[in-house]
Amino acid sequence: MKLFDKIKSKVIGLFLKENLKFTLISIFIGFLIGSMTLAVAGFNPFRAYAIMLSGVFGRLNYIAWVIIRSTPLILTGLSITFAFKTGLFNIGAEGQFIIGALVAALAGYFIQLPAIVHIPVVILLAASAAALWGGIAGYLKAKFGVHEVIATIMLNWIALYLTNFVVTLEAVQIPARPVSHNIQPTASLMFFQQWKVTEEGRAWLLDNFLAREILRTPFNAGILFAVILAVVVWYILKHTTLGYELKAVGLNKHAAEYAGINVQKNIVRAMLISGALAGMAGAFHVLGNTQRIAILAAMEGFGFNGIAVALIGGSTAIGVVLSAFLFGALQYGGTKIQLALGAPTEVINIMIGTIVFFIAIPRLIKILLAKFSKKRGEDNA
Amino acid sequence: MKSIDFSVKAVEMKNIVKKFGDFTANDQINLTVHKGEVHALLGENGAGKSTLMNVLYGLYQPTSGEIFINGDKKDIIDPNAAITCGIGMVHQHFMLVETFTVAENIVLGMEPTKKGLLDMAKAIKNVEEISKKYGLFVDPNEKIYNISVGMQQRVEILKALYRGADILILDEPTAVLTPQEIKELVQIMRNLTEQGKTIIIITHKLKEIKEVADYCTIIRRGKYIDTVDVSKTTESELASKMVGREVIFEVEKREKEKGKLSLKIDNLVVKNNRGIDAVRGLSLEVFEGEILGLAGIDGNGQSELIESLTGLRPVVSGKIHVNSKEITNKTPLSILENKLSSIPEDRQKRGLVMEYSVAENMVLENYRVKPFSNKGILNHDEIKVFAEKLIDKFDVRTEGPTQVVSALSGGNQQKVIIAREVTNDPDVLVAAQPTRGLDVGAIEFVHKALIELRNENKAVLLVSLELDEIMNIADRIAVIYEGVIVGIMDAKDANENKIGLMMAGGAKDEAI
Ligand SMILES: Nc1ncnc2c1ncn2[C@@H]1O[C@H](COP(=O)(O)OP(=O)(O)OP(=O)(O)O)[C@@H](O)[C@H]1O
Ligand SMILES: [Mg+2]
Repeated sequence: MKLFDKIKSKVIGLFLKENLKFTLISIFIGFLIGSMTLAVAGFNPFRAYAIMLSGVFGRLNYIAWVIIRSTPLILTGLSITFAFKTGLFNIGAEGQFIIGALVAALAGYFIQLPAIVHIPVVILLAASAAALWGGIAGYLKAKFGVHEVIATIMLNWIALYLTNFVVTLEAVQIPARPVSHNIQPTASLMFFQQWKVTEEGRAWLLDNFLAREILRTPFNAGILFAVILAVVVWYILKHTTLGYELKAVGLNKHAAEYAGINVQKNIVRAMLISGALAGMAGAFHVLGNTQRIAILAAMEGFGFNGIAVALIGGSTAIGVVLSAFLFGALQYGGTKIQLALGAPTEVINIMIGTIVFFIAIPRLIKILLAKFSKKRGEDNA
Repeated sequence: MKSIDFSVKAVEMKNIVKKFGDFTANDQINLTVHKGEVHALLGENGAGKSTLMNVLYGLYQPTSGEIFINGDKKDIIDPNAAITCGIGMVHQHFMLVETFTVAENIVLGMEPTKKGLLDMAKAIKNVEEISKKYGLFVDPNEKIYNISVGMQQRVEILKALYRGADILILDEPTAVLTPQEIKELVQIMRNLTEQGKTIIIITHKLKEIKEVADYCTIIRRGKYIDTVDVSKTTESELASKMVGREVIFEVEKREKEKGKLSLKIDNLVVKNNRGIDAVRGLSLEVFEGEILGLAGIDGNGQSELIESLTGLRPVVSGKIHVNSKEITNKTPLSILENKLSSIPEDRQKRGLVMEYSVAENMVLENYRVKPFSNKGILNHDEIKVFAEKLIDKFDVRTEGPTQVVSALSGGNQQKVIIAREVTNDPDVLVAAQPTRGLDVGAIEFVHKALIELRNENKAVLLVSLELDEIMNIADRIAVIYEGVIVGIMDAKDANENKIGLMMAGGAKDEAI
């Protein structure tokens, strides 16, 4: 009984934490407005949500897909969060993601090494290139006061066109197709990628339902790296002098400067690390899932969605992981209602937009809550 | 002329309780203020004065208790409700839009319009009208960042009056003002009460309470102690009611020979934000084992001087030495490593990371060294132990080292900085307004700490706008005027008139 009380008070304490409360309320409002939109568009919202729910959790391979989709979002979310802690708005996660994916595709295809070395080398190269890409914006800000939002928006476009140019190079492109060559198997993070298509593998999978369900998808090791990196980010921010400095600069750069912290240096450092995280998102996306890159008509939005993920996650590492899963599930579930009902996937975007909107204006919710609880208080009195 | 209307209780707060979690900041407090009265709130740092006023202004909801305005029970759910009740508040930290003009700031949110468009001419006229009515003169067209702190405060008061405030709350309005500005504020308060306004003022300066307040309510550790008729009490009685013990106003200081030269400033030139020379060839020497008090009217180059000493503002020409090592234009870190520490003038801007905990703020300059960190990994345990020690020694009223500094009362925030800088073991301590916003007990403590540093043979440069403070604890007094030192003397030979004259530029010709 005592234990139960303890757990209960812990859980209540967690909910009383303002931020979490607001986040959950925002998510609820997001679903509410999503259902109104569906109703207005002539669809039964309960059916739509039921389909989404079963479309996300109904089968093991659905869950695997959600995880695969969430992996890059965890990392771009972490990237945005990291920069945010230093007071920087890294719109450039998108471009850094593209650079990371590009370098991963190239290094994965051209370099020949045993897997145990190949994978770390590719990840390292992709992370470094993307770190530099972010670092440019950091340097411009620290040295010349160029606003990072402006600089990174420009860098996003440069990254997009650079990729499109590189993919069309003869050595890179598969002839007559808008994609690059696949990476070497030694660079792939997909589980049992080779084996699952062999005779023996197929035969085995036929008898093992669970494994078959999961391995039908490009299920890969990216999620492990993403979660480990989330822990690393948490550790850096919480337990290192680096994190202490970065946060001090983000919260009050005047006080940081006064205390002997080099503000410029920390802006560059934050952007380097933020870039590396977004670049790794791109790398894991290629190594784990797509195996190659394509010519892009527009940006894919992994970086931009990372902004929403970071906001919903309340700029904490654990929050980012959870909100990336929510985001991945909503996106994947959204495709299901389109298939089953013909409902537009835009509903999902509206829901996500609503959630972000309400999280971004906690004051409004606070006022609503205050009014509500006041009313209740008066009723009781 | 007194104009209190005892038949009207402008404000009546009954049994107000305000809890933050388990902590009770206000514990059954009663406050009655009659119309036309100036009512002072007195209490130690962290006693709960700001909290009580924030409850009245609707920024906090009381845990329990009732509020009556002019006899009617009111539910003040937010500042808008407070404004509707005729309550206005001027916070210690102003809330003005720096890039807007005075008039724009005053009418913000209630702009006069003509055909749906902002009618600026009308706005300026309105502002001029009320400023004339209450004798609060401002230039409506000047931008906020161009006017002095005293002027900004007038703008805040006008803002409240423009919104129809009959009851004005002023939270430590004089802490940031120069003595001249304080005199003007006192006059303004008199004008206001004569016109039937009611004023609640929070201040730590007993002299001011004696000067302007009619009644004074004393709070100690969240509890109501007493309400006294100011004309029938003395400063020392007020002080002992507030602290709960006798307070010694004059600190003891033993005679001491000064030692070697420690801080040497040579012909220093520093520009202000507008690119104009603010420090113009200033030279000054501070010796080991002395407190040198730098007196002067605000805006004569003190801020720029301090910032250049601490590496936050470039030196145009001239040299600074600490213990014969040159630190001119060195980085703040290298200056810290050369053992020059400072208590910054603006605590919230420079001195603290408000969202950091008390413990994290205590190591703001020392987090990089052992035992607080090792090879880049923070040692939270050591930091906590260290913070607990300082909290104890400096009597910081906080729930503990992990509480965020923004939840501390203003005076206790200041104590965090002082604890950190004094413990930093500097050779030279530059202390700018170190007792700003502190209660008399805490001031006594800080003065003792500064004197102790001096007794340990450190050099202390005390920059203060309060002449009393300088006269009280400095060994030598230098006067700054228009960016140069216009006079320097032994504290024993100083008298208030002489220094006052120098501060106003009267001794320019005899400059040394
Ligand atoms: N938001 C908050 N959360 C938790 N504790 C708080 C919060 N605001 C104030 N407190 C605590 O309540 C107490 C009273 O604070 P308050 O600001 O009212 O003091 P004060 O009398 O105005 O002091 P000072 O003279 O230093 O300004 C302090 O101990 C402070 O730490
Ligand atoms: Mg206060």
